[in-house]
Amino acid sequence: MKAAGNARYLRRRVWNIFNLGMAMATTLFGLFWLVWILWTTLSYGATAFNLELFTGDTPAPGSIGGLRNAFVGSLLMIGVAVLIGTPVGILAGTYLAEFAQGRRLAGAIRFFNDILLSAPSIVIGLFIYAVVVVPMGHFSGLAGALSLAILFLPVVLRTTDEMLGLVPSTMREAALALGAPHWKMIVQVSYRAARSGILTGVLLAVARISGETAPLLFTALSNQFFSTNLDQPIANVPVVIFQFAMSPYPEWQHLAWAGALIAAMAVLVLSLVSRFLIKDRSPR
Amino acid sequence: MDDTRDAELGVRKAAAPSPAVPSRICPARSRRLHAMDRGFRWLTGGLAFLVLLLLVGVALSLFLRGWEAFHHFGFAFFWSDAWDPVTENFGALVPIYGTLVSSLIALLIAVPISFGIALFISELAPEWLRQPVGSAIELLAGIPSIIFGMWGLFVFAPVLGSAEPWLNDHLGALPGIGALFRGPPMGIGMLTAGIILAIMVIPFISAIMRDVFLVVPAMLKESAYGLGATTWEMARHVVLPYTRTAVVGGVFLGLGRALGETMAVTFVIGNAHDLHISLLDVGNSIAAALANEFAEAFSPLYKSALMALGFILFIITFMVLVLAKLMLWRLGQGQGKAGL
Repeated sequence: MKAAGNARYLRRRVWNIFNLGMAMATTLFGLFWLVWILWTTLSYGATAFNLELFTGDTPAPGSIGGLRNAFVGSLLMIGVAVLIGTPVGILAGTYLAEFAQGRRLAGAIRFFNDILLSAPSIVIGLFIYAVVVVPMGHFSGLAGALSLAILFLPVVLRTTDEMLGLVPSTMREAALALGAPHWKMIVQVSYRAARSGILTGVLLAVARISGETAPLLFTALSNQFFSTNLDQPIANVPVVIFQFAMSPYPEWQHLAWAGALIAAMAVLVLSLVSRFLIKDRSPR
Repeated sequence: MDDTRDAELGVRKAAAPSPAVPSRICPARSRRLHAMDRGFRWLTGGLAFLVLLLLVGVALSLFLRGWEAFHHFGFAFFWSDAWDPVTENFGALVPIYGTLVSSLIALLIAVPISFGIALFISELAPEWLRQPVGSAIELLAGIPSIIFGMWGLFVFAPVLGSAEPWLNDHLGALPGIGALFRGPPMGIGMLTAGIILAIMVIPFISAIMRDVFLVVPAMLKESAYGLGATTWEMARHVVLPYTRTAVVGGVFLGLGRALGETMAVTFVIGNAHDLHISLLDVGNSIAAALANEFAEAFSPLYKSALMALGFILFIITFMVLVLAKLMLWRLGQGQGKAGL
């Protein structure tokens, strides 16, 4: 009787230790991929790294060059996407947090915003192709920037909504009691109180779009030459990486790794900075 | 909200006649401020509505552009495995199959691992380790997908390729599922795509699982411990049942990511419009077909067939994501908060 009880107890304990050990192992497994991928990017990217990267344009096969035109094109498109997406996202988030609390419409918009947030980016690229590229008749940097803006918008909207939700209503009431009009209260009290949270959302959104490749493939296309004309196809880091990595030329593949290293660094630094900012105001 | 607006105007009206505090707001200015209030409200509301319009616009424009293909091939489009740009004969079966199978492989790998990670972070890890481990796993989600693709093609595929003869010899000999593991040991194909997708969705699924595990009331956990349960039994019989719907919702959210992932898959799936049973063989997914072929598709029917593929992908992911959100939302309701 007692022996049987002990055997069962032992079995439960062994099973417990085994499963907890597996949980630890899976965590190490997850970290293992992170380290492997980062190490690959770093070691391949660092060997291809040189100053020519920032001064030369994408080369013809077999010659030496850099990624200057791609960097400039990417920065331009991300800049335009930020300029469009930030005000739209912040204002739309303002509506949800300040004007529409408890309304069904607000719930629906939050719901579908989250869907838009997770929608496949290549589908967004197709959408911009259908509504911008086809009517314009050609690929353009503007179309690329617009598709990035659509990926940018839901992130900013969501964080703005969440961060404004954290502003205590007593602060709003204090402003209204002093006779401030509603819009002035929002701009000077709510925005100010939620400023670092909203900024975090913008940084997260920039991090998200700066590595995006799929929506640019058939909106911005790419361009072998240096161009700042948003009305024409424009070179950009992700698409150049894609084309060069898939190419049979070693010089191109090296450039692709160098570009990948810089893109990964940019994204990681942005997300680390935003994590640091968000640290003491987690929405949960 | 209208209450506070009225109250605000009320205060202003009440203050005006008081001699002690002479109002400096003349009626015209008050009207102007009021108009700006309304304008601001309409502006923000309109922009919020834009989100709904965008989503409808995406579905509608893809459907309209894909209509030519749907109309030309009829329902056969969905189960035809043809894909021939020269004779302009297109069917969606191979890319749909590839999308679903690669995502399924990803979930089979990612779900148990994510559960382990979430369990480790929420129940086992000492306090000082939780934050760094959680952040490190989330960093994995931040790496651009094109880097997963390059790593997959240049580094991981050769490693897997050298392991595939072993898979052929051992798993391939099994009856039934053996057919899945017999194939050319090239290192690229459906299995590679599935594994890389798994690595990409682990951070999403484990982050949601961790968050919902942390909302389980401590009292429930302590009750289990008080009855003599081990940590594992507590996790299995208290935490998991309590968070079941949200866990499934998190898995669906990961599935939504995997279905639409483009660049990583494009590098390693092989981009061949052939139907193979073997997971070691090459295939194609909707997103990969779009990434590879769209910019070069010059005949209208070819473009339309690709748009139709995009529409199918959008509808599949839309349904998966709606299910995911609804399940996550249910736990949020149970907790009296919608923070998820």
